[in-house]
Amino acid sequence: MSAREDIMNRIKSALRDAPATPVVPREYRRTSDMTAAQRLEQLVDRLVDYKANVFLTPAGEAPARLAELLAGSASIVVPHGLPESWISGLENDGGTPAVHVDSPEHRLTTAELDAVDAVVTAAAVAVSETGTIMLDGGDDQGRRIISLVPDRHICFLNVDQIVEVLPEAIARLEASRPQTWISGPSATSDIELERVEGVHGPRTLDVVILT
Amino acid sequence: MSSNTFLGMPSLPVFGHGNLNATEAFPKAAHRELGNEQLRANLGHATHTIRDKRLKVVAELPDWEDMRNAGAAIKDATMANLPALLEQFEENFTARGGIIHWARDAQEANEIVTALIRETGETEVVKVKSMATQEIGLNEYLEEQGIAAYETDLAELIVQLDHDKPSHILVPAIHKNRSQVRDIFLREMPVVDPLLTDEPAKLAEAARRHLRKKFLSAKVAVSGANFGLADTGTLTVVESEGNGRMCLTLPETLITVMGIEKLLPTWEDLEVFMQLLPRSSTGERMNPYTSLWTGVTPGDGPQNVHLVMLDNGRTAALADEMGRTALNCIRCSACMNVCPVYERTGGHAYGSTYPGPIGAILSPLLTGIKSEENNSLPYASSLCGACFDACPVKINIPEILVHLRGEDVDSKRAKVKVPTQMDLMMKGAEWAFSGGAKLNLLERGLPLGKLAAGRDKVIKKLPGIAGGWTQSRDIPAPPSQSFRQWWAKEHKPGAAVVPGNTAEDAGNGSEGEQP
Repeated sequence: MSAREDIMNRIKSALRDAPATPVVPREYRRTSDMTAAQRLEQLVDRLVDYKANVFLTPAGEAPARLAELLAGSASIVVPHGLPESWISGLENDGGTPAVHVDSPEHRLTTAELDAVDAVVTAAAVAVSETGTIMLDGGDDQGRRIISLVPDRHICFLNVDQIVEVLPEAIARLEASRPQTWISGPSATSDIELERVEGVHGPRTLDVVILT
Repeated sequence: MSSNTFLGMPSLPVFGHGNLNATEAFPKAAHRELGNEQLRANLGHATHTIRDKRLKVVAELPDWEDMRNAGAAIKDATMANLPALLEQFEENFTARGGIIHWARDAQEANEIVTALIRETGETEVVKVKSMATQEIGLNEYLEEQGIAAYETDLAELIVQLDHDKPSHILVPAIHKNRSQVRDIFLREMPVVDPLLTDEPAKLAEAARRHLRKKFLSAKVAVSGANFGLADTGTLTVVESEGNGRMCLTLPETLITVMGIEKLLPTWEDLEVFMQLLPRSSTGERMNPYTSLWTGVTPGDGPQNVHLVMLDNGRTAALADEMGRTALNCIRCSACMNVCPVYERTGGHAYGSTYPGPIGAILSPLLTGIKSEENNSLPYASSLCGACFDACPVKINIPEILVHLRGEDVDSKRAKVKVPTQMDLMMKGAEWAFSGGAKLNLLERGLPLGKLAAGRDKVIKKLPGIAGGWTQSRDIPAPPSQSFRQWWAKEHKPGAAVVPGNTAEDAGNGSEGEQP
């Protein structure tokens, strides 16, 4: 008998008392009663608590904001689907960082990604109550590796992508897409249970919220 | 999808093996660990820090209890429908290019993982912290096979570098303080700044430097999983440092080992558990990173994705109707952090990979109560119930502890024909408490106890099995008279009554001897 069959039989034998399947009580909050302004305020509060840098920027000023954040950087990587307007501020200005585009046709190697100063991505959705930004591998977010290897992650978020509670985000996401949920920069609490920011993931997280 | 109904002959439970045993009786191990003052100071500090954080973030949510109720019901529903859910998970994971392997026990799981690594031609793997691989002793097994497994979680790295054992499921190096960690790094890391301070941020940076090259060049990673979602075939790893993301994203081959009980029926269920878990474990609103993957995503992450589904005694635990809810555990460690016993003895005293209150029930359920010294674990509790209150999926740990104590006593009774001291004492107690007159008779012996206590007015050692009670405490000298005797004296109905009879009357008057 295969291990699979064996285990299945063991489980069925273990359940021979036919335990009842309870109805799951879902009385927890599944929708938000906050206004957009309250959600924004809550998200900013949480992100700052996690030691992320947060910038509220009118959508039209996104290129200028990015150029300002990247002053002094030598090179960045962006996913191929990132809105071109965001990086237009960089291209128009002479001595600004080299922009490497990661696309299905041209994938950057791990070593190339390790050499850039920052990655710029969009996001799929954000949860204000927990300060969580979700990436789901969309064209404007790219492969998981590009938002992981560079030491600085600059993440753009539209204000209408902010929900209050996790169930609202779950409803917007598709499970089978490769996902990374990010709540602040890389951190550890392994030494005396005190949180320290900056271990293996990007040590700097900049969140630009477009209002 | 096949039905859940079992038609064959019921089989005997098949227990698990691996790092699941107390190797010496808990009282003995606890006694030794209690002598380590540094350990107690470190643990006291850490458990109190995390307790306060947990209470603060739990109090923030108006619907925490609703979430716990949902979490408990989802896990109960999972266990009740486990065969169908496993099949559904398998179908979805496989449809997306993942490959599933099944392991009856620790040995089989270790062999499968080794064979998969061998196929790649590699002799090194990076690892994400995982309780399942700790339980089956994967690192030790791989080492015997000539494969080096590098732990990448900071705490696991500390433990591995120090050739020590984890003492907590969430923070395996909780028993070490910062200066001990610095000393380990200075001693064991091949390249390290000799001026390294004990500042946690500096220590974290040293770990980053130490592991960076490994991550960027690793071809094979081994992980556990926090949840498997049946309706989508999705796996989840919850972490903080980014070492998990590194292992789950960069290598070509990913091998995950997951217990069969880790499933959740639906994607929607994750919304409950991703609120319960971070707040209960690290006391954060959300952990820094959560990764989700469903089989293989072309062009993104590992292209060879394997999953080893592990039994190793889980079906035996499932067969125990009173104990099966222990499988609902999501390994948050909240029960450890609130346990007065764990706080003082630390995790090593429990022997098993799973320490603390949950370990005291889970380990004997997985291995059977008779395995090595695991029958001592259900007694590693004062039954105060703090673990039950803290458990995000409402596992009634005290109730299962009592159930397992019963199993232990029954398993010994079955072996011994002659009545034990305990049996005789219980028989005696049955007689004494069956009537006021009998109890009164015994109470006349109290002055003898006072005499035995001597001038210190304490009894330091009781005879026979009662000696266990005086092993770690003294008994104060008994009073020279009992409450009934005192009452009888104070409430003499008439002057000319024989004292003995009065006492008996008074006793009967208050408690009543029922026919």
